[in-house]
Amino acid sequence: MNTELAETQTGAPFGAPVYELSRVSKTYARNLVVALEGVDLTLRKGSFTSVIGSSGCGKSTLLKIMAGLIPPSQGRVVLQGEPVTGPRRDIGMMFQQATLFPWKTAVENIVLPIEIRDGKAAAKAALEKAHELLDIVGLKGFENVYPNELSGGMAQRASICRMLITEPAVLLLDEPFSALDELSRDMMNMELQRICREQEATAFLVTHSIQEAVILSDEIVVMKPRPGRVAEVVKVDLPRPRTLEMMTTPEFGEIVEYIRGQLDKGEDM
Amino acid sequence: MTDLSNNSSSTTNTDMLEDTVWTQEIAFIDSVPRWIAMSFVAFVFIGTWWVVTAFGFVSPIILPTPAETLKDMIFVGKNLASGGYMLTALWITILEVIYGFALAIAIGFTLGVLVGETAFGEKAVMPYLVAIDTMPKVAFAPLFVAWLGFGIESKVALAAFIATFPIVVGTAAGLHAADENARMLFKTMGASRMQTLIKMKLPTGLPQIFTGLKIGAVGVMAGAITGEFLGGGKGFGELIRVAASQLNTPRVFSLILYLSLVGLALYLLVQFAQRKVVFWHKERVGSYDG
Ligand SMILES: Nc1ncnc2c1ncn2[C@@H]1O[C@H](COP(=O)(O)OP(=O)(O)OP(=O)(O)O)[C@@H](O)[C@H]1O
Ligand SMILES: [Mg+2]
Repeated sequence: MNTELAETQTGAPFGAPVYELSRVSKTYARNLVVALEGVDLTLRKGSFTSVIGSSGCGKSTLLKIMAGLIPPSQGRVVLQGEPVTGPRRDIGMMFQQATLFPWKTAVENIVLPIEIRDGKAAAKAALEKAHELLDIVGLKGFENVYPNELSGGMAQRASICRMLITEPAVLLLDEPFSALDELSRDMMNMELQRICREQEATAFLVTHSIQEAVILSDEIVVMKPRPGRVAEVVKVDLPRPRTLEMMTTPEFGEIVEYIRGQLDKGEDM
Repeated sequence: MTDLSNNSSSTTNTDMLEDTVWTQEIAFIDSVPRWIAMSFVAFVFIGTWWVVTAFGFVSPIILPTPAETLKDMIFVGKNLASGGYMLTALWITILEVIYGFALAIAIGFTLGVLVGETAFGEKAVMPYLVAIDTMPKVAFAPLFVAWLGFGIESKVALAAFIATFPIVVGTAAGLHAADENARMLFKTMGASRMQTLIKMKLPTGLPQIFTGLKIGAVGVMAGAITGEFLGGGKGFGELIRVAASQLNTPRVFSLILYLSLVGLALYLLVQFAQRKVVFWHKERVGSYDG
């Protein structure tokens, strides 16, 4: 679909494969739920991929396996040429909740990954960078504020900074903005796009919003439940950088409709 | 109200709609300051006390009048202030409480971390702690006297024994308070078990730990006095026991009141520490679960 658009696409072709998943399956031992079955997936450097699918189809499970938080039951996960066998420094993660720690100020929260990995001195040295990051996401002046004085959106911005401070090569995002209102969510998505381009990061986003997936992604992985598997990978050939105005174009609507058709009908998104 | 809005509409000369300002109903008690409400209860209590005693409903040996009690409180207060024998006794009790509490914190915290953090502790140690906790701990007092003698040690031991359990429970519960997201986040950062404990689980659990400390602070006082009742010694509990045996009820009352000040001070000290340490946690007023 959208062949004309594909030809006029601006951005450079994507680089080498960063993430390679083959035959990844996961059966939870506790309840014998087959959360994933035979997932093959390749993420190329600098690409933005979204996963969409009904609740319980294994999106979070897939993300956790990619992040090295839980092991797959079968299959192979390789990141930058090295098998993933545990949490790694080149992976940045973000969850639905901001999870800032209330006893630390915004900057202290942001340098926490450095503090954990390299100690207090390194964290102190990273403070300057944390300030820059806060500035980028529009939180200048909130550096020394405690999290319970931040709004939900501001907290999520701070947690973006915490993810970026270690300069990860890939960003794994599990519905990071779904707790926000639509307006701030759109803003955050544009911000996310800019950050990914600037840092040449490879992003993998779990979302429940087709619009969000289409506006941000180069590829959309459509998953089906029971057992969780990849039904289709849809290419999005809208030009980059994307703008919110594109959401009103017929091309955009066409892709959204197509994906909606691919998802199980009647199943609540 | 109606007049006001009419006035304003006539001055601005527009056909403004009337304001719909209305007053929210507030329960009467919510509009009363706390100290007045508390004074009221004290007034009723002392008034009843006075009526019951002054009109001879109850023998003065069983219950002295408020005036007698106040007189004796002033006497005891003077003795304490002048560094008399009562102050010496009080100091002994205070020492028992301090040592007992310190011991309870050290043991309780250690056991709490063992039980809350390790699978072994939770599986193998916790059941025993629960079993001992359900026993009436005061019943151990004679044992402590037999083991440690009539000195301060046996009282410290009983006080610590009673105060340890709430601290264990508070610490263990606190270590379980961190949610799944925080744990996952620490995992993604590659945190070691020790780092996760110190930088995340313990700070997250501080509110529960302090709840345990507060309950322990109350228990340590009870333990020290019970120890003195049952094991003699030279503390404040002994003064109470002697006064009671001489049927000097006003003295018993005033001694108890002074003693409760010590307990209150300890409790407030813990609460103060909690406010300083767990500065991010909004505490509900006057409740245990801070
Ligand atoms: N820790 C676990 N233990 C056992 N079963 C689990 C566990 N986590 C998830 N599951 C099961 O695996 C399946 C997939 O769960 P997962 O959380 O990956 O879904 P999801 O696609 O992220 O759903 P949602 O959109 O609601 O977040 C579900 O059936 C769930 O019950
Ligand atoms: Mg999920």
